[in-house]
Amino acid sequence: MHSMILSTATRYLLPLLLMFSIFLLLRGHNEPGGGFTGGLVAAAALVLYGLALGLRSARQLLGIDPRMLIYVGLLTAVVSGLLGLLSGQVFMTGLWSTQTLPVIGKLGTPLLFDVGVYLVVIGVTLTIIFALMENETDSKTGSLKEE
Amino acid sequence: MTPAIASEQQPANGKSWLHRLNPGWFVALLPLSLTLFFAGLICRVAAGEVITGSYPWVPSLGVNLSFYIDGLSLVFALLISGIGTLVIIYAGGYLAGHPQLGRFYIYLLLFMTAMLGLVLSGNIIALFVFWELTSLSSYLLIGFNHSQPKARASALQALLITGGGGLALLAGLVLLGQVGGSWELSTLLTQDIVIQNHPLYLPIVLLFLLGAFTKSAQFPFHIWLPNAMAAPTPVSAYLHSATMVKAGIFLLARFNPILGNTPIWQCSLTATGAVTMLLGAYLAWQQTDLKRILAYSTISALGTLVLLLGVGTAIAVKAAVVFLIVHSLYKGALFMAAGAIDHETGTRDINQLRGLRRVMPITFVAVTLAALSMAGALPLFVGYIGKKLIYEAALTAPSAAWLLTGSVLLTNTFTVVVAGLVAVRPFWGQLKPTPKPAHEAPLSLWLGPLLLAGLGLLLVGLLEFVPSSLLTPFLATSATAIADELVRVKLAAWSGVNAIFWLSLATLLAGIGLYTGRNGLRRLLSPANALTAIGPERIYERTLAGLQIVATGQTRLLQHGYLPLYLLTIVLTTAGLIGYTLLTRYGLNIGTHWSGVRMHEITVAVVILLATIAAVVSKSRLATIAALGMIGYGLSLLFVFYGAPDLAMTQLAVETLTVIILALTLYHLPRFSRLSSTAGRTRDALVALTVGGLVSVLVLTVLTVPMQSRLTPFFAENSVTLAKGRNIVNVILVDFRALDTLGEITVLAVAAIGIYALLKQQKQNEQNE
Repeated sequence: MHSMILSTATRYLLPLLLMFSIFLLLRGHNEPGGGFTGGLVAAAALVLYGLALGLRSARQLLGIDPRMLIYVGLLTAVVSGLLGLLSGQVFMTGLWSTQTLPVIGKLGTPLLFDVGVYLVVIGVTLTIIFALMENETDSKTGSLKEE
Repeated sequence: MTPAIASEQQPANGKSWLHRLNPGWFVALLPLSLTLFFAGLICRVAAGEVITGSYPWVPSLGVNLSFYIDGLSLVFALLISGIGTLVIIYAGGYLAGHPQLGRFYIYLLLFMTAMLGLVLSGNIIALFVFWELTSLSSYLLIGFNHSQPKARASALQALLITGGGGLALLAGLVLLGQVGGSWELSTLLTQDIVIQNHPLYLPIVLLFLLGAFTKSAQFPFHIWLPNAMAAPTPVSAYLHSATMVKAGIFLLARFNPILGNTPIWQCSLTATGAVTMLLGAYLAWQQTDLKRILAYSTISALGTLVLLLGVGTAIAVKAAVVFLIVHSLYKGALFMAAGAIDHETGTRDINQLRGLRRVMPITFVAVTLAALSMAGALPLFVGYIGKKLIYEAALTAPSAAWLLTGSVLLTNTFTVVVAGLVAVRPFWGQLKPTPKPAHEAPLSLWLGPLLLAGLGLLLVGLLEFVPSSLLTPFLATSATAIADELVRVKLAAWSGVNAIFWLSLATLLAGIGLYTGRNGLRRLLSPANALTAIGPERIYERTLAGLQIVATGQTRLLQHGYLPLYLLTIVLTTAGLIGYTLLTRYGLNIGTHWSGVRMHEITVAVVILLATIAAVVSKSRLATIAALGMIGYGLSLLFVFYGAPDLAMTQLAVETLTVIILALTLYHLPRFSRLSSTAGRTRDALVALTVGGLVSVLVLTVLTVPMQSRLTPFFAENSVTLAKGRNIVNVILVDFRALDTLGEITVLAVAAIGIYALLKQQKQNEQNE
């Protein structure tokens, strides 16, 4: 089911969608958005790429196994909580930088935590969907069994 | 904590001369130093001082790691660390070359830690934790030879019985803490009047008794103790005669000032103690296995201790303290000697052992000394003082004095027979060939028995000839701690020819008579022993089998593996609980807030409804998926209308991905067909409609109840100031309730790994086919 229009469009859509997802992630603290939504958008973008150009290219684009994203994401979230602990406060205490960066705003452990959520959501979604797509491409019966 | 850690430091088995040296000598340094430390405290405690210390553990609940050292604790601590030292040396010889000696020492030191913690605890929650730790380490030690099914079954039995009692004790301790208003022993000890007049007093006492009686092997919970002899002998000598089984006695003694001196307490203790004492003694002399003989005689001794605490007079408490020490000394010695005999001859069957006194002279001396103390035969031994005090306590008991004296007399007669069985029978007569050619045990195996048996002599010497020694006041403070009144201790082995002297003499003569005629008597009694077939052992087996039947049945009923029924159960239970609460609390009050509904909202609602109907009735999976997508997007639109952009965005993304996932799984599904019957579909439809209706009513009812949430204003006020974010939803997710989110993403990760594994598994199966 190769479609020239879809694959061409996807090549242009993917960077836009990924940028949008990061935009959602970063602005989440003050405006609608956040790690969860951002992660879903990024995952959807990569799935779209996989559907249009094949699973192999999507995996190549991602570069690492999506499962790795889950582990790194969970680790990031836990580390963001531990930072509070290391500074002598309760686990998960929010720590904030004093300077304000131009685009991102203030840096802080909640943002790091959100990055963790973002990565886990991408990892979980892609792990499941890629595995499903793999099964689909492997099964010899390519046609729909629908009535 | 130190013993458990130190066990890691025991020397590794090198190939040098260290290789041949018994590692027990090194490990024993730890309990030895503890013994010396505790011995150093005797001075202060004998003067009546109570040494306390406390470390906060869960301060918000009032649970602390407190220590409370008075006479009673210190007697126990000295027994635990002192006998522990000898047992560890002994174990090094007994298990020499055993590949898991290191593990054994870890278990043993873990037990020692737990036991010391138990007797020194000043906080009843800490006490309970240590109590359970002793049960656990006992489980590991009984099952040490885990390749034997018998050892495993015995370990489990001991754990189930003592662990069950432990649960009862926990309930009792919690009730006691609630009634007494503190978890601290020092406070509770002053609350005895409040506690005894409280309506919960009776439950507390019953729960405590259950805990103590299971631990200290009182009838009918005694069955685990003889079976625990499956453990290596050092364990039997240490846990199952000298220390752990005395934990129940310690508990009763420790809480006697709080709970004691009431009819229910005294009657239960006296009756249970007397029955256990008689039964243990009666069963002991009929055994042929040395360790089982000693195990039943231990049960008898434990019964005696409970009986003495039940009588509760000053003299009885004094007798209990002395007998506790005496018994630990001679029984520890006898157990270790029995193990040495087993180790050097290859058998513990007294019918196969004869004339060992020539080949094992040192063991023979140790056993003879210990057995003389046990029989209470000569005033030279501390055992005689113990026996004398027990008779005195029985004779002066406030009620049923003659009955008690008779029971004690009978028990002691049996005890004399037991002493003969272990000290005379294997050692005298002609040497008989044994499975292994008999020879004297090495130093490590006879040191413990000889020292413990010798201490029996030494203590009498101290009491008789050094009246200014610390021993007498020390014993007095111990007895005072139990009785909660001043107990004077003046002990003498010889106090002239009086009733007690004649009783002792009668015991000895009857015992010797019974020893010579024991075979005839055993034949005479054999019909009565058929009763054991319906004893507690059988009840235990039946209960265990019954439990398994119940477990199998309920698993079949609830865990049937049929997914639609699982869903039905979950949904109906939830709906039932919610519906019940809703109707009983608020009634059917759905309100009429229909004004202000706008046209485009109605349109979306109608679209959602139509899509739902389409999804249900459609005969094409693709159509169903499309309809479900429509429902999802419709909901997202509603979120947008009602000012929840975060929800709307997430919902949109989730819907998109769901449709993709469903489309991908389509390939793997079988041809669409109607598998369920019409009745089943009707039932499902009814359930679905009911639950849907219920949720609608719930939502409408919620709207009629004025919102009094303090959370919304809190988050609105603090979102920017505390968390530096204006998007409250996200601030809640990543800051205020970040721990919840962490849990959620962890669940997500686990689910993803599970799904991944399932898909890979399926693929592998397909490839194998």
